[in-house]
Amino acid sequence: MALANFSSSSRSNLLKPLAPVLSFAETLRRPISTSTDPLIIETSVPFTFHNCEPPSRSVETNPQELISFFRGMATMRRMEIAADSLYKAKLIRGFCHLYDGQEAVAVGMEAAITKKDCIITAYRDHCTFLGRGGTLLEVFAELMGRQAGCSRGKGGSMHFYKKEAGFYGGHGIVGAQVPLGCGLAFAQKYSKDETVTFALYGDGAANQGQLFEALNISALWDLPVILVCENNHYGMGTAEWRAAKNPAYYKRGDYVPGLKVDGMDALAVKQACKFAKEHVLRKGPIILEMDTYRYHGHSMSDPGSTYRTRDEISGVRQERDPVERIRKVILAHDLATEKELKDFEKEIRKEVDQAIAQAKESPMPEPYELFTNVHVKGLGTEAFGADRKEVRAVLP
Amino acid sequence: MASCLRRYGRRLSVSICEKRELSTACEGKVIQQQQQQQQQQTAKLLNLCSAINQALHLALETDPRSYVFGEDVSFGGVFRCTTGLTERFGKNRVFNTPLCEQGIVGFGIGLAAMGNRAIAEIQFADYIYPAFDQIVNEAAKFRYRSGNQYDCGGLTIRAPYGAVGHGGHYHSQSPEAFFCHVPGIKVVIPRSPQQAKGLLLSCIRDPNPVVFFEPKWLYRLAVEEVPEHDYMLPLSEAEVIREGSDITLVGWGAQLSIMEQACTDAEKDGISCELIDLKTLIPWDKETVETSVRKTGRLLISHEAPVTGGFGAEISASIVERCFLRLEAPVARVCGLDTPFPLVFEPFYMPTKNKILDAIKSTVNY
Repeated sequence: MALANFSSSSRSNLLKPLAPVLSFAETLRRPISTSTDPLIIETSVPFTFHNCEPPSRSVETNPQELISFFRGMATMRRMEIAADSLYKAKLIRGFCHLYDGQEAVAVGMEAAITKKDCIITAYRDHCTFLGRGGTLLEVFAELMGRQAGCSRGKGGSMHFYKKEAGFYGGHGIVGAQVPLGCGLAFAQKYSKDETVTFALYGDGAANQGQLFEALNISALWDLPVILVCENNHYGMGTAEWRAAKNPAYYKRGDYVPGLKVDGMDALAVKQACKFAKEHVLRKGPIILEMDTYRYHGHSMSDPGSTYRTRDEISGVRQERDPVERIRKVILAHDLATEKELKDFEKEIRKEVDQAIAQAKESPMPEPYELFTNVHVKGLGTEAFGADRKEVRAVLP
Repeated sequence: MASCLRRYGRRLSVSICEKRELSTACEGKVIQQQQQQQQQQTAKLLNLCSAINQALHLALETDPRSYVFGEDVSFGGVFRCTTGLTERFGKNRVFNTPLCEQGIVGFGIGLAAMGNRAIAEIQFADYIYPAFDQIVNEAAKFRYRSGNQYDCGGLTIRAPYGAVGHGGHYHSQSPEAFFCHVPGIKVVIPRSPQQAKGLLLSCIRDPNPVVFFEPKWLYRLAVEEVPEHDYMLPLSEAEVIREGSDITLVGWGAQLSIMEQACTDAEKDGISCELIDLKTLIPWDKETVETSVRKTGRLLISHEAPVTGGFGAEISASIVERCFLRLEAPVARVCGLDTPFPLVFEPFYMPTKNKILDAIKSTVNY
């Protein structure tokens, strides 16, 4: 991806006082900062904690990281909105659960971990997949059910996976991914490679019994698993206070420590995930509650406005939007100009459009793929075509 | 008279079957109502979800100790089958539960054990598996293991099942076979709005726990004249919905409409098909199917669930046991393939009209 020419950090420091002089700046092609000099930024709100010592509010970051946050989140935002239009154009069928508004969780988490750590989440997984290194082409192709998709078109919106990057999906049944995540952590503990698992679930899934079973076992056996509740306050159409006796999900672990994080602040998420990773490697599981929000409804068939007011949605968008927050931080610290950020967004738009065009070219899976990957060695069951005599297949 | 009703089931059935045990709570009321309404039996064109809605309204009206609960039922449910119930009967009788199927069913069993009618909704049949343990180990065996001291007969679990065109892996499954393997519960599947209303009321008032699967594909698509009064249709009685002499077809739920199309097409080729709606899967009406197979000598079963271990296998085995010498051809099963319910491949997976037609022809020409 070609970007504008960068220059070293020292030059950007030199140019700071000259920045307001527009023409001069333009001729000098004021560089976008790629410095890795540390920058300390405070999180929006302090962490709320249960049974543990909270991490500090001051997050160490650097300009390069902040710019990458911006790019990452803007790409995710653009991708989800494009998926919305594709769904309405009936190119994506079935179910489509969009993540816009919650991007900070995906991006902040990635910044704190490596690709050897595992992430497992529920069905709202497009952006998490992208964060794990998935490409836009793989996303759109999978959404449209094409061969170029990450699951070869057989999974669809809810089943994105990326083995090389430790992304274990992509699960349709609510809550079922949490015991699985604890199992992943169990294996990681055996392998002794200092890796951890992040098992994400929502506020609706927080009331599933299997979660507490998994939590108990993880705490008993000191598994390096971090349970992350992405609390967007609505389980489909049900507000959290109507589903949970105690909506303080970070406290529901009881004997397991918990931390409540502002999920719209990518830096806070990064800090919390870093802290959590260090914690679980020594002391067993921890629960992170990400206080976040989704702008779209539960899925594309949900307008999202029958159980919450439009004022609430636009209020959150104005006050707490994760992309805007990072944009403000970048501008406040003079790491890039408004125009450059807008250029990024334009570029991202083009990338997304290109990926969609490419994905549309990709063919649907071959019919015989219906039978592949059911078992490793075949079932040997017969299946008939419309004409019983001529078409007779044995399932591979 | 009962067999007469079976054959002409489409006409308004107003009888109270002497065989069927009605629970005492509303027997008197039903008789009264039906006597009152003998003269005026109005019917309206309704779709499946409205018919079920009406049935629920009637159930809650006639028994003050009945409750409807599940995920999102309060505002009407994701398929609008429970609209108007909270407004009419209040939040204490129609209420939402958190997202926990195991909890919903377990809770329902407890309610029913105290003599109430618990009508639990599982949002999609694909999500019924967390509750599987409760249904199989608790609900089905409660009466048996307590020597009839306790029972959860008042429990009815409703779940939308079946393919819908774009449901994918987890919004299209047909899990009826798993439950048919459990003695102690009943499994009922209606084929149309008029049937659904009567069957659901029977299920709710039946003194056994019942799992009621509703074909979600037909929720809006199927429209029929549904009588407005309170009526019940007998359980464990199959219905011959189309008479024929060459081959017997057995099915249930949404699949019947596909089978009917295949029958009409086969008719053009001179094959006369007899179509039976099983209605209740367990305990199923072996006599009706046997009588029909003795007449035609051939049997074809069709269902959406995968063929291996599907309920068609049970029907096939039982009929072969009973009618072996009469059978002219092997029993054919046209069912879903043995794969997880696919995403883009749904049209290949489904037992379509052509597959059924082809099987009819090869069975008849065996």
